[in-house]
Amino acid sequence: MTIEMKIDGPETVNRTDDMAQGVLGRDSARPDGLAKATGRATYAAEAHPEGMLHGVLRRAPGIGAVRCPNLEAVRAMPGVRAVLRDARMVRNAAQGMADEAPVQGVDEAAYVGQPIALVVAETFEQARHAAQRLEVAIERTDLPIDPDAVEPEVPEAKQSSQGDLDAAMRNAALTIDADYTTSSMNSAAMEPHAAVAEWDGTTLTLRGALQMLRFNRNELADSVGLSAEHVRILAPYVGGGFGSKLGISADCVAAALAAMELGQPVRVVQHRRNVFEVNTRRSETRQRIRLAADADGRLIGLGHEALVSNLPEETFAEPVVQASHFAYPGAARTLGIRIARIHRPAAGSVRAPGEAVGVTASEVAMDELAYAAGVDPVELRLRNIPEEDPERGVPFSSHRLKAALLDGAERFGWSGRPMAPRQRREGEWWIGTGMAAAFRVNMVVEAQARIRLHGAGAVVETDMTDIGTGSYAIFQQVAAELLGLPLAQTEVRLGDTALPPGSGSGGSVGAASTGTAVWLAAMELRRQIAARLGCDEAELTLKDGTATAGNTRQDLADILSGAELTGTGHVKPGDAAEKVRQATYGAHFAEVAVNDVTGEVRMRRMQGTFSAGRILNRRTARSQCHGGMIWGIGMALTETMTHDRRDGHVVNRDLAEYHVPVNADVPPLDVHLLEERDPWAGPMQAKGIGELGICGAAGAILNAIHHACGARLRDFPATPDRVLAALE
Amino acid sequence: MRPFDYQRPDDRDAAHAAARDGATFIAGGTNLVDLMKLEIMAPDRLVDVSRLGLDGIGDADGGLRIGATVTNSDLAADPRVRRTYPVLSRALLAGASGQLRNKATTAGNFLQRTRCPYFYDTDAACNKRAPGTGCAALGGEMRNHAILGGSQHCVALHPSDMAVAMRALDAEVEVEAADGTSRALALDDLYRLPGDTPHIETSLAPGDLITSVRLPVPLGERQVYRKVRDRASYAFALVSVAAVVRMEGGRIAEAALAFGGLGTRPWRDAEVDALLAGEAPGEALFDKAGEVLLRDAEPPEGTEFKLPLARRVLKAVLTEATR
Ligand SMILES: Cc1cc2nc3c(=O)[nH]c(=O)nc-3n(C[C@H](O)[C@H](O)[C@H](O)COP(=O)(O)OP(=O)(O)OC[C@H]3O[C@@H](n4cnc5c(N)ncnc54)[C@H](O)[C@@H]3O)c2cc1C
Repeated sequence: MTIEMKIDGPETVNRTDDMAQGVLGRDSARPDGLAKATGRATYAAEAHPEGMLHGVLRRAPGIGAVRCPNLEAVRAMPGVRAVLRDARMVRNAAQGMADEAPVQGVDEAAYVGQPIALVVAETFEQARHAAQRLEVAIERTDLPIDPDAVEPEVPEAKQSSQGDLDAAMRNAALTIDADYTTSSMNSAAMEPHAAVAEWDGTTLTLRGALQMLRFNRNELADSVGLSAEHVRILAPYVGGGFGSKLGISADCVAAALAAMELGQPVRVVQHRRNVFEVNTRRSETRQRIRLAADADGRLIGLGHEALVSNLPEETFAEPVVQASHFAYPGAARTLGIRIARIHRPAAGSVRAPGEAVGVTASEVAMDELAYAAGVDPVELRLRNIPEEDPERGVPFSSHRLKAALLDGAERFGWSGRPMAPRQRREGEWWIGTGMAAAFRVNMVVEAQARIRLHGAGAVVETDMTDIGTGSYAIFQQVAAELLGLPLAQTEVRLGDTALPPGSGSGGSVGAASTGTAVWLAAMELRRQIAARLGCDEAELTLKDGTATAGNTRQDLADILSGAELTGTGHVKPGDAAEKVRQATYGAHFAEVAVNDVTGEVRMRRMQGTFSAGRILNRRTARSQCHGGMIWGIGMALTETMTHDRRDGHVVNRDLAEYHVPVNADVPPLDVHLLEERDPWAGPMQAKGIGELGICGAAGAILNAIHHACGARLRDFPATPDRVLAALE
Repeated sequence: MRPFDYQRPDDRDAAHAAARDGATFIAGGTNLVDLMKLEIMAPDRLVDVSRLGLDGIGDADGGLRIGATVTNSDLAADPRVRRTYPVLSRALLAGASGQLRNKATTAGNFLQRTRCPYFYDTDAACNKRAPGTGCAALGGEMRNHAILGGSQHCVALHPSDMAVAMRALDAEVEVEAADGTSRALALDDLYRLPGDTPHIETSLAPGDLITSVRLPVPLGERQVYRKVRDRASYAFALVSVAAVVRMEGGRIAEAALAFGGLGTRPWRDAEVDALLAGEAPGEALFDKAGEVLLRDAEPPEGTEFKLPLARRVLKAVLTEATR
């Protein structure tokens, strides 16, 4: 039996808090942790089916028509089994939730780095050597690669305007009008994209490094020309994705095509240098932000207009202004996204698409307004919390920004901070503090999950992935809580398209969407148990494997008496999103040291307070926030993909030159999670938290740099050369 | 990666014999293996030098003799080095990561190749990797490239931290040729400027085996190594300065300054050292040292920031060393 639920309105009963097991919300270890720490969790590339061949992708060295003059010679090299130049190979990874093949083809390279051949050989070394020997001749086409050098598209659906911002800017007591830029960035997940494909003549089985299997299955089927029933994808463990594994990737499609052609399993692992090119990156942005405020710093107008880029035919445009629609008031509002069609590698969703870069820039602008108004930056935000969604006029489902700001300020020790910059010096170092608000939209997507309950415990099943976030842990907790089982008796199976389709991991939707499906499945089982006991579900208390109804208590095993019960949950988004504005909120505080001699910035400490509905597992939630804040450090200080000005290729495509923060860059991080119940978030009243921690984090750091040394940086990251130029 | 032969002899004669047949030495492999995977270097034959008994550190004429295969970790931790050559310890510990330093060796560190991203990109033109093909860095994206010692053919930086300290310490490398003859080379003679042959980086002949490095008694006790980088650890120097200074009666008696992040080879400029010798420390003097150091600097587009950065760091280092 299935419980289906559409989220159309607020949940009034809050059954979750009635449960008795006491495991949900706790700081709880990952059930998959030991296997991962001891190397027993097998990631995509670690499968070695009998007879497996090795494929290596060859990249296009230029943009234009592709020829491989020595193709036959390479085919004849030792160990080489095939050189695939199949028109079904994909140009770049599919966008998240594309559900169909991305742009395909190998004869025209649309960007430098596009995979244009797969060399398959008996050993990895042979394949790599042959791929390196494969000559690629490009008949170069002169296509634009600089976002500032083309006339951008201005899609109507991405522009919005209310009131007269120009007039507001003219009449305002205080205005800010500034341009901010953020760099092209890469997810740089630890596990490179990898696939092992097997073909038995009817069914294609693919072990992949992917985030959203129910979409990936259709994308793969469409790419290779099979129907989806003949495709099975397995991804029980994924070593980080951060958006770069949302859509089917070049390694998967190429491995599948090779396995189908050769009748042997084929493994394709992207080299780290491919990872930087072939999968979607975060677009660089140029953002103009205008703020019009009264003398007290209360906003009367707000403009946020961004230029982003992508390859032709890609539907994604970095939604930079996503939070600006609801974050702050102001009757006059102009928001918009323009898209430069250029031939850098494809852009797509990277952790918190939109807010990660948009909130960063707008929180720096808010800091500039605070200084223009002479108002403490926390106080400025408090003065600008809207009563209702400032554009749509609908209420907020819940809104905890004020609580987060006050809590964070208290824990950080913000009060008494001198407003003026350059007040504290330790040797060569300027010390300063800064803060920013965090905003992130919240979404629910369709998801299903099944629970099988038998005498010895429960098994949760869905094709949902755990990309390092803690899906295994929280689904175990949800099911155990509702079914009154110890965690150890609740098993979770993920990452297999043979299981009911979950939401996939992306956009912070997994916990609340698939988690709700698990919740519904467990609720269905509670009803079945209640029916067996002849009572109402609401009268049932399940705890430690026993059921209590009225004044009788019975072991669950006895109630089941050998039977296996199955419950399925199915959640769908309804029209709640139209009735209310739903988001998650937080506040970042940072202390930095800026070296007066070198312009180097070192983090001293960071504090984040976040509110995201019910917290399902304090440990995994905190870990997500830590990760987000560390990403903020990277965005603020170190991370840039450099594109060659002549052909747009990624110059620094390895982890020695693309600088993610290392341990020494990360100071003590303090995360506090607020208790919140958002009734519009379904029966668990939980929202996504995987991306909130990055939103605005870099802004707090940039604002702290200003407070430390007086330099207002508007181009991120604040590398030493940029800080030095501002100091000089 | 091309198939290759690998051999790990226990004595130098066997190593020399292999070298005479064109074999390439491999030590920690932290640089060479990466380059082999990308086929930037593609030797047919490797001779592992790790069992040649070149892993000792001993006294030599009041100074120190460091075996070629002493790891960067061991060298940095050696009590004599820490006591008498602290600039070397600090430079080593400022480089790479703990894991890499455990593998990386003294000779390998000297001979590591540039990190210019166009050198690493086998689809790009590079005179160092493929002589005569041109330089894709020039006109491309340059940031961590050399502002001193470059040519129109190559502006690739020498990335080593260790070698910068070694230059300030007047280290000499001891070399055995494939025919068994030995010689010693000052670093000034070891490293070549790129000129129009950027693929020839040192004066070593094929088959030359570095056996050890000799450090003389340091000219001064005041030693500083300072490295500026894009993140707090695990990044190459944007600018680094090694200083060895001897003070006498409030004046600088002698100074040896060497620089990383600036030159196509670990940089030392006799005129900078000469300018400082005999002078009373002070801001004007230090500014002058910066001017002299950078008098011939030609920063390629994108590297201009190194000029003020080098001046500032030099000044801060001299201030610290003469305080
Ligand atoms: C990610 C990363 C970050 C790094 N960061 C830094 C940094 O910040 N600072 C820094 O200074 N370095 C850094 N390094 C470089 C590192 O220091 C070098 O890779 C290392 O020192 C090389 O030593 P090895 O013994 O591994 O040399 P190998 O890779 O074994 O050899 C390098 C070269 O030396 C030759 N060779 C080795 N031994 C001998 C010998 N006895 N005689 C003659 N020739 C010989 C080899 O033939 C080869 O050409 C980094 C490296 C990596 C991969």
